[in-house]
Amino acid sequence: MTVQVLIKPNTYFDSVSLMSLSTKANQVEGVEQAIIAMGTEMNKGVIRNVGLMTPEVEEAKTSDLMIVVKAATDELCENAFVSINELLTKKNTSSSKSEVKYSTISSAAQSIPEANLAVISVNGAYAAREAKKALENDLHVMLFSDNVSIEEEIELKKFAHEKGLLMMGPDCGTAIIGNVGLAFANAVRKGNIGIVGASGTGSQEMSVRIHEFGGGISQLIGTGGRDLSEEVGGIMMLDGIRALENDDATKVIVLVSKPPAPSVEEKILAQIKQCSKPVVVWFIGGNEEKVTEAGGHFAKMSKEGALKAVLLTGADESKINKKALNIPLVNEVRAKLTSEQKYIRGLFCGGTLCDEAMYAAMEKFDNVYSNIQKNPEYHLKDINVSQEHTFIDFGDDDFTQGKPHPMIDPSARIERFKQEAKDPSVGVIVMDFVLGFGSHEDPVGVMLPAMIEAKQLAEQEGRHLEILGYILGTDLDQQNYQEQIDKLVAAGVTHASSSQNAGLLAREFVVKGE
Amino acid sequence: MSKINELFTSKIHAINVGIEFFKDDILKQDASATHLDWTPPGGGKPELIAALDKLESPSVLEKIEEANKLAVERIINSQPVLIGFDQAINCVPGMTKTTILHAGPPITFDKMSGPMKGAVTGALVFEGLASDIEEAYEVAASGAITFAPCHEHNCVGSMAGVTSASMYMHIVENKTYGNIAYTNLSEQMAKILRMGANDQSVIDRLNWMRDVLGPILRDAMKLNTNGIDLRLMLAQALHMGDECHNRNVAGTTLLIQALTPYILETDFTTEQKRQVFDFVASSDYFSGPTWMALSKCALDAAHGIENSTIVTTMARNGVEFGIRVSGMAGNTWFTGPAQKVVGPMFAGYKPEDSGLDIGDSAITETYGIGGFAMATAPAIVALVGGTVDEAIGFSTKMKEITTTENPNVTIPLLNFMGIATGIDVRKVTQTGIMPVINTAIAHKDPGIGMIGAGITYPPVEAFEKALLALSENIN
Repeated sequence: MTVQVLIKPNTYFDSVSLMSLSTKANQVEGVEQAIIAMGTEMNKGVIRNVGLMTPEVEEAKTSDLMIVVKAATDELCENAFVSINELLTKKNTSSSKSEVKYSTISSAAQSIPEANLAVISVNGAYAAREAKKALENDLHVMLFSDNVSIEEEIELKKFAHEKGLLMMGPDCGTAIIGNVGLAFANAVRKGNIGIVGASGTGSQEMSVRIHEFGGGISQLIGTGGRDLSEEVGGIMMLDGIRALENDDATKVIVLVSKPPAPSVEEKILAQIKQCSKPVVVWFIGGNEEKVTEAGGHFAKMSKEGALKAVLLTGADESKINKKALNIPLVNEVRAKLTSEQKYIRGLFCGGTLCDEAMYAAMEKFDNVYSNIQKNPEYHLKDINVSQEHTFIDFGDDDFTQGKPHPMIDPSARIERFKQEAKDPSVGVIVMDFVLGFGSHEDPVGVMLPAMIEAKQLAEQEGRHLEILGYILGTDLDQQNYQEQIDKLVAAGVTHASSSQNAGLLAREFVVKGE
Repeated sequence: MSKINELFTSKIHAINVGIEFFKDDILKQDASATHLDWTPPGGGKPELIAALDKLESPSVLEKIEEANKLAVERIINSQPVLIGFDQAINCVPGMTKTTILHAGPPITFDKMSGPMKGAVTGALVFEGLASDIEEAYEVAASGAITFAPCHEHNCVGSMAGVTSASMYMHIVENKTYGNIAYTNLSEQMAKILRMGANDQSVIDRLNWMRDVLGPILRDAMKLNTNGIDLRLMLAQALHMGDECHNRNVAGTTLLIQALTPYILETDFTTEQKRQVFDFVASSDYFSGPTWMALSKCALDAAHGIENSTIVTTMARNGVEFGIRVSGMAGNTWFTGPAQKVVGPMFAGYKPEDSGLDIGDSAITETYGIGGFAMATAPAIVALVGGTVDEAIGFSTKMKEITTTENPNVTIPLLNFMGIATGIDVRKVTQTGIMPVINTAIAHKDPGIGMIGAGITYPPVEAFEKALLALSENIN
């Protein structure tokens, strides 16, 4: 065992840095013990205490740096000096800009006066609390979180209403405010059509169709799925309609929802009646007569609603490609299906897209089952096993407990698809692929191998497997819209140009005897 | 125009809480977004969330805000002035010849940590209450000695904080509110009583401090009838690169500069005065206790304000970490286990050798310096992991759990931001952000001393208990 000493005259390091360096030096290979310290009496005392005192150390001045190394051999000592010298000259290169990190909505809101909106997606158990803080700090709120109680929702919405703030959600998946898409939203043109939507993918569909028809969106206000329930009473939708009415940039208002509770429907219709701007109403499965009576423009389906809205802004109808249903295609597919292949299987990420296709099917069939059917009689007995015509919403709580939404993680739907593709009673499998902010970067791509394999398998068995795909997206979305379509078509999948057409085509493919 | 319509025409600046990529998507659209560093309030514990909610009901909230405003006003407006030095027996309230004060919340001798036992037994020998360390253990356990926290006698004590009757104390008077705080003198060096060392060299130094240093300082300050404005000096020291807990180079220089003319005028010999100057120069830490007494003096003035959730004490006895809160008057302590201190160590020592967090010095962080003012002391960033940005980060982060900034004590590097002042129990439990503390590390065994320095945090339990008590207490 040898002890070697290196004195660097007139070299200053502060004691804390030296402690840190000593710690590192002791980790150098072969070092039994290393001390790096200034030549003060106190440090000499430390060296004496550990039995490493040498004459050189004794001689060191306060301004000298002392490096004392104890190692098995002289060579190891020399090596250690080299390593320690490297440590001494090493500059810390980390230069990460010190960004202020806020931990609470209140502190962020108070420190950033220009903040005007909170997007909240924390666990539902804490979400209402955070939303309340945001409202207290005069922030508009988009509450993406679900599992918030209806009592909390009512309290939040009443509070927001009093303060004149937006309370979008809970369970609000999409919004476009000031041309900025929030959470799951599509990139669409800025324009003069304002949307208030209680259903996320329904509102996305509406914005995308309007964009396709050459129109644009002023604002898209999400309300959360329960806003039009008896309990909540449509607080956000009513405030949303008023705000859009007062918005100079908005010429036409579009409402998107499942049919409201009767008392709420009254209020909405009354609001429509006194609204100075045209209001298009797409209440999936709703009542046309009442809407028309109130002076609203009723739309039974999404594309129809978008078209009405665009025309109400003064667009030239003759210049719009309405993408009418492809009747020759329907006949072609029908010819390929055997009499045994008679059922639709809808596998959806978007709840409203699922709903729209399901309602289309229900117009022609009685035996339509789903995990989101209102009528318990037609609720799937086992959500993992299809019955006759089956429509699955993979975004429903049934499938998302403890898992990411299928727009982010498609694995559950891929497995189900493989299962359905083997079923010889299936006439068509219809699926949606949602693009836009928040969504999977390549939703068609992840499904592609399964679709190609299923097609091959069906061919070997001598049957035609009809797959119908709809891509909810625009040419402005971050995923390449055209490329997604091309991928579908190249795999032999039929491409539907809208949610409405997807629902109608699926139905028409398997309808018999017309 | 309604607020909603205002929003439609404004540039969006979103505060994003939860899923981080929502922020990224907003930024992609040329809007602004700030992502929160969020954790579930109260660690997600339902009883704590209920307590937080209760404390936020409008009528209660109003009371608390008013009380806290008063509390931080008193902290900020306090003007602690060093008015003298004297032996504890002559000035500390309740001091007796057989009293031993110690750091942190109350603790009995048998439960004390190694360094504190080392210090207690050393002090008993120093006071002549035991002839050697061995006997001192018997005396300490005999029941003949009164143990009490420094904090319960208007004192603070660094590390073990052991304070006995004949030790000389700083006397710091709050010129605004009249209260007085005390702390003993720095022993300098590493192998010292407060770090748990107790051999003859330690006792010899204590004797010299009692016989020479203390009397000289006492007599010097008798000549300085104005006293020394410590807050002014602290502010200056911060501007000179100290954070006044682990870096005291500037503060010590300023303090001895202020004392020197009076020391020179005392009746002691030149040799004795020379010894004093050499002693002060032997370690930068000389003024460390002074800033503790200043902090204690200001915070005591803010203690006992009904409904206040402001922390007025953070202190550790080597076993437990205790806090006191303004709204819980008197000596109500909320405790949790003392934590490890992580940081660089003297050569030859390993993390396993470390005693747990100890000392009343966290009073400096309670006031807003030390770890809270890390951004003033880039020279010692090695303590906190190495980069200046990290040091700055500590200072700004502490604003998240405090009530206001102290305009009298500022941080140049942060645009002269005042130090973060008034730790709020509600904010700590709400955010899960713990106050950061710069501190020294004592060896876990008695008789050895200081072996390193680093940073540590209080145990969350102390704040949780305080929150629950406050929510029961404030109606």
